[in-house]
Amino acid sequence: MIRTSRSWRFAAAAVAAGLSLAACGTTNDSNSSSSSSGKSCDATIAFLGPTTGPYANLGINIIDGAKVAQEDFKKSNPDCKFDVKTFDSQGDPDKAKNLAVQIVNDDNIIGVLGPTFSGESDSTGKAFNEAGLVTVSASATNPLLTTHGWTTFHRILGNDNTQGPPAADYIKNELKPQKVFVVDDSSEYGKGLGDIVKNKLGSLVSDSDEVQQGQTDFSATVTKVKADNPDVLFYGGYYPEAGLFIKQLRAGGWTGQFVSGDGTKDPGFVEAAGAKAAAGTILTCPCVDSTGDFLAKYKQINGQDPGTYSPEGYDAMNIFMQGVKAGNTDRSKMLDWVNNYDQDALTKHIKFTSEGEVTETPIYAYKVNPNGDIVGIKQIN
Amino acid sequence: MDFNLLTHHFFELTITGIALGSVYALVALGYTMVYGVLRLINFAHSEVFLYGTFTTLWVTYFMGGTANSSTGAIIGMLLVALVMSMLVSGGVALLLEKFAYRPLIKRNAPQLIALISAIGASFFLSEAMGLRDRIAGFVGLDDNLSRYVQSARDTRSIAFEIPRKNLFPIFDYTVNTTDVLVIASALLMMVVLDQFIRRSRMGRGVRAVAQDPESAALMGVNSVRVVQLTFWLGGIMAGAAATLYMIRIGATKFDAGFILGVKAFTAAVMGGIGNLRGALVGGLVLGVAENYGSAIFGTQWKDVVAFVLLVVILLFRPTGLLGESLGKARA
Repeated sequence: MIRTSRSWRFAAAAVAAGLSLAACGTTNDSNSSSSSSGKSCDATIAFLGPTTGPYANLGINIIDGAKVAQEDFKKSNPDCKFDVKTFDSQGDPDKAKNLAVQIVNDDNIIGVLGPTFSGESDSTGKAFNEAGLVTVSASATNPLLTTHGWTTFHRILGNDNTQGPPAADYIKNELKPQKVFVVDDSSEYGKGLGDIVKNKLGSLVSDSDEVQQGQTDFSATVTKVKADNPDVLFYGGYYPEAGLFIKQLRAGGWTGQFVSGDGTKDPGFVEAAGAKAAAGTILTCPCVDSTGDFLAKYKQINGQDPGTYSPEGYDAMNIFMQGVKAGNTDRSKMLDWVNNYDQDALTKHIKFTSEGEVTETPIYAYKVNPNGDIVGIKQIN
Repeated sequence: MDFNLLTHHFFELTITGIALGSVYALVALGYTMVYGVLRLINFAHSEVFLYGTFTTLWVTYFMGGTANSSTGAIIGMLLVALVMSMLVSGGVALLLEKFAYRPLIKRNAPQLIALISAIGASFFLSEAMGLRDRIAGFVGLDDNLSRYVQSARDTRSIAFEIPRKNLFPIFDYTVNTTDVLVIASALLMMVVLDQFIRRSRMGRGVRAVAQDPESAALMGVNSVRVVQLTFWLGGIMAGAAATLYMIRIGATKFDAGFILGVKAFTAAVMGGIGNLRGALVGGLVLGVAENYGSAIFGTQWKDVVAFVLLVVILLFRPTGLLGESLGKARA
């Protein structure tokens, strides 16, 4: 799906080469200085995910959330040299695979924040596992990722299987519909989520349809939905299609409640649909809404509001930094630290199962305001 | 399989299918005309359409459209957008001819080379649109143009909702203003173009070159002019299609041309490539077939249905439904 020109690849390779050269320089410094100052808290963490390209928003949300954690850490530990290197995959599994080799070969890196997407997690998981390099993802939610037996893979939010059942319960108990129509976008994510909701709702589901990614005209599906006239429509898929779909449903005269998952929780949904059509939409997400102290600090550091997965990025980075502070400055110690991590954090109490899933998986409901803002309602499980 | 939906909502599916097919048909004209004259498939034509959609988008921004714009203001803005999109798409088509084809034709390059050049131009134009934020950054205009270039790879919507009124019922469906506008404009454009090719002096030149380029040149037809005219006409039709598409869908994206281009090309082949009326028939048949296919088998099957139909049609009529070439159209 992502086309790229050769020149960008060269540029990325050049930047990465520059970074690793710079890193070589700092290694020697830190080795010599650490012996003199006796500090054991110097470490490098890699961020793997998109910071440019079509999916850059999500990567930037996470790394900006992580920056808040870094600032906190710097204040309380001014002597530590804690370094974060960014590896921009543009969300492309193939690029991420090449970057993973660079990360593994850089001996300074003792942990990876990421990968951001399920696709790149899948393409890089084996390499990280073989290198014994621990990864903590703040956003990859494909359930299959923890079935490969990788001991290094972790994620700090519930997978897609944890999102479907609460979404279905919310629809059943809060919206109390007579009929629910389920549409998915035939993608692995969208169909997976749609099927879970469909099975959980059982006889409430009156009909269903599958659309395609990249589709822009939904007239036949609109006809089908209007013919069935459900109270609630659940859409499993991503925001570009969801936005155009709800717009055409509203234009066609359907007035029921539109519900979708985290793939739709993006300002791009409101842009594609228009605030009028998007208003009232309910979105479920394993991601926490940013509030309070974190919100204020994030705004101050990054100059804008936090986005989806910013708090998760903060928590993931915190795990590494607490590990470094506790003296875990090589790969195997850091892996043990993450595997045994058991603490309260911003988004939830974090403790990992042996597969790398987080044990607590809160799911939240969000709503689109009439002015187009996506605001948190409450936890739904 | 569910025939219930089709039988109960036959007219709704048909009319929305025709509206969808009208856009296919207008874009298909560009493929079919260039093929008729040059025996060349202009794969970059989808991007000629794409630039039209962005022109419409930007005109609504530039003219200060908001969610509260009055209906009169919206109609005015759409008219300006229609003219501008036709001009921009026509211009892009002419530039394509100048830089991607003429140098090759001059050197008598094989058709395959021109095809590759077209695919290259298609990628170039689409990616340039997808990287418009960075291009604006290079020239230092990204602050002034932020609304036009931001989220360069995301879907962008026009500045207002298109107001629509229900007009009159046809059995199970109430036709609305958007349907009428899209279908009527598309048909009008097609008729004008068809008559222009059939009756005007320049149209006769186009037909002459399509029939026999060498004889036409001997008879004093300026074939370079004719090729330019062909590209330009295809471009302005794609520009009109782009505005109608934005009226229907309301949003575009840097890669929105690709799928629509494939569909329009299919429509051109289905109707008989090189045949203007064939493009219309092919577009409408394809649009309606997609809707029927969606209704009977589910939306995920619509392309399977449409392309099986294409294969079946080509099995029985290898030159497409109408099958007559541009050159042989009667004067």
